[in-house]
Amino acid sequence: MADARVIPIDGDRPRRRASTASAADAVAAGASRASGERARGRRSSPLLAGADPAGTSLSRSRRTSGTRRTGGTREPAAADAGREPPPPADPLSADASDGTDGTDGTGGRPPAEWEQKAAAALAFLRRRLTGEVEVDEFGFDPELTDAVLLRLMRPLYDRYFRVEVRGLENVPSHGGALVVANHSGTIPLDSVMTQIALREHHPARRHLRMLGADLIFQTPFVGEVARKTGTTLACNADAERLLSKGELVGVWPEGFKGIGKPFSERYKLQRFGRGGFVSAALRTGVPIVPCAIVGAEEIYPVIGNMRTVARLLGLPYVPVTPTFPWLGPLGAIPLPSKWIIEFGEPIDTTEHGPGAAEDPMLVFNITDQVRETIQHALYRLLMDRRSVFF
Amino acid sequence: MARVVMVTGVSRHLGGRFAQLLQADPDITRVIGVDVVPPKQDLGDAEFVRADIRNPIIGKVISRAEVDTVVHMAVLATPVGAGGRATMKEINVIGTMQLLAACQKAPSVAKLVVKSSTSVYGSSPRDPAMFTEDQEPQALARSGYAKDSVEVEGYVRGFARRRPDVIVSTLRFANFVGPVVRTALTSYFSLPVVPTLLGFDPRLQFIHERDGLEAMWRATLEDRPGTFNVAGDGVLTLSQAVRRTGRPSVPLPQPAAPLLGQVMRRLGLADFSSEQLRFLAYGRGVDTTRMKEGLGLIPHYTSAEAFDDFVRGQGLRGPLSRDSVTAVEQRLLDVVTHGGARG
Repeated sequence: MADARVIPIDGDRPRRRASTASAADAVAAGASRASGERARGRRSSPLLAGADPAGTSLSRSRRTSGTRRTGGTREPAAADAGREPPPPADPLSADASDGTDGTDGTGGRPPAEWEQKAAAALAFLRRRLTGEVEVDEFGFDPELTDAVLLRLMRPLYDRYFRVEVRGLENVPSHGGALVVANHSGTIPLDSVMTQIALREHHPARRHLRMLGADLIFQTPFVGEVARKTGTTLACNADAERLLSKGELVGVWPEGFKGIGKPFSERYKLQRFGRGGFVSAALRTGVPIVPCAIVGAEEIYPVIGNMRTVARLLGLPYVPVTPTFPWLGPLGAIPLPSKWIIEFGEPIDTTEHGPGAAEDPMLVFNITDQVRETIQHALYRLLMDRRSVFF
Repeated sequence: MARVVMVTGVSRHLGGRFAQLLQADPDITRVIGVDVVPPKQDLGDAEFVRADIRNPIIGKVISRAEVDTVVHMAVLATPVGAGGRATMKEINVIGTMQLLAACQKAPSVAKLVVKSSTSVYGSSPRDPAMFTEDQEPQALARSGYAKDSVEVEGYVRGFARRRPDVIVSTLRFANFVGPVVRTALTSYFSLPVVPTLLGFDPRLQFIHERDGLEAMWRATLEDRPGTFNVAGDGVLTLSQAVRRTGRPSVPLPQPAAPLLGQVMRRLGLADFSSEQLRFLAYGRGVDTTRMKEGLGLIPHYTSAEAFDDFVRGQGLRGPLSRDSVTAVEQRLLDVVTHGGARG
């Protein structure tokens, strides 16, 4: 009943009366007025989107259409200004699809490859400078991740650590899945390398969305970069939200206990948190993919921990390695160990039924099962490995 | 069905526009606007009662007019207009208490709609990416608008318990933007150079003023009990938002920020309270599933579109505006392609 009423928000009657409303407001409200004009004869509300199919489709198409429409529509130009085609997946190598009007002047000659690249790079820069980048609700910026951050880390992946990936077929090509891996190496390079492995070498080129500790988001720069590269807070709400959206989620449940452990305890898995990741997987019914990472333990062999300094800085640990802090910044260079990342067979979680997450014993058992699987894979890979560096 | 509606906080922009909207509806016989100061904009046929909701006189207004729907929009977000934080708190908290006490005594009241804010969730590095209505804040607000909003919602819950016959809707709005509305955040983005926190790029959500009014409208005219987050789809990072205004930003190291905040507040430029600083460091996102399903509101503007409309509507321009950047890009492209043709 209320649905069949004209709601004059920014509409005609109050607008004529309201002396304070500016012209700018009128322009901006144009979209509503345009749809209002269409709907007026039927005396149905343009604003109640659910009530008026015309209004709904208008607003829907306005939002989802990526291309600029010319003519034919009754929308004011203002509503569509500032809209561009969606950015290509890899802006630096993809076709320069927008902002290349300048190449028209070359008289039909197909633009050279480097020109296309330059145009794409310029378009990329323009999008960054004007803020027209797509960021999802977690703050993940796929364009920046691909074009800058992963690109910077790729030499480290290919040349320095010479990462060998095994078992990629165990990672599903679509739908939610939870990758659970061992954590090591003082700074979380293992998560970056796993991310590159899945993005560059998995057939579906999947983005790995990682779960990180709150310390990450508290720290300037680190938190910013982490969010933009797809990390979000390790909490059940976020994990379940990502998984139910069909994302591939990566978690390192050992946390600081794993990444900051001394060299003498290398490849010994620490406690797997409280098993929160298992309940998230159970609730969303996604498979758990155990992942073993070999090589990351040796990049910074931790021989000591400066507890007092760590407490002063509010950090979980400040490592002492054979080179750090003795050599200063040089000590921050990781050792070039040879890495193997192996994805194991997925563990199905649907067989336990929907209420399984409420059964702590089952959650503990699955947590242990995942932990054992990874530990065994680590021992096997270590036997396989010829030496630490080759 | 709503017939006599009382709107508090009617002298401010959104309250005034909402009163106009209600007045235009044929089913509503009377709209009574209440505020401490006379309205700056024309309220049309709506009646205006100059009354302080901190004063028990409000009860007489309600009972005499047999108000059946109370729309509470008088929670102030900044102390700038109120004349100090103490007054602001008084208006927000004591005012709400008085209003609710009056409502409780009035048998005619059948519906209460409260405009609250997503700031009740606070901002902290331990926040989930998207708050649902049932999630508790990780860090309790210690001051300002956020704390007031939390307290106001507390009193509203108490009222709902004592008067279970009244339909109570609490709408938690994300930051309002739009061509006309002025808030602490819009004046922040209108600064010629926008200060940000070094090393932080929080996620922000916006609600367009028009969508916000529609949310209020739905809650007032339809029966939508419950608490709802109201925000546009998607998020915008602070850096994106600043770039869309075309203004340059100055990143400040975190320790220097409170000092700057004091200077800014002294100058009356923008509200830079400690909660605002936390918001500019950690941001906030809210889940709007319940808004879409329970309130039936599909916002016309996403967060980004709402912000763009604000930038256009208020005519914000700067050296990094979209057209100037595009012009430079074109010039560079010409150089690239013509140089390429020659070579």
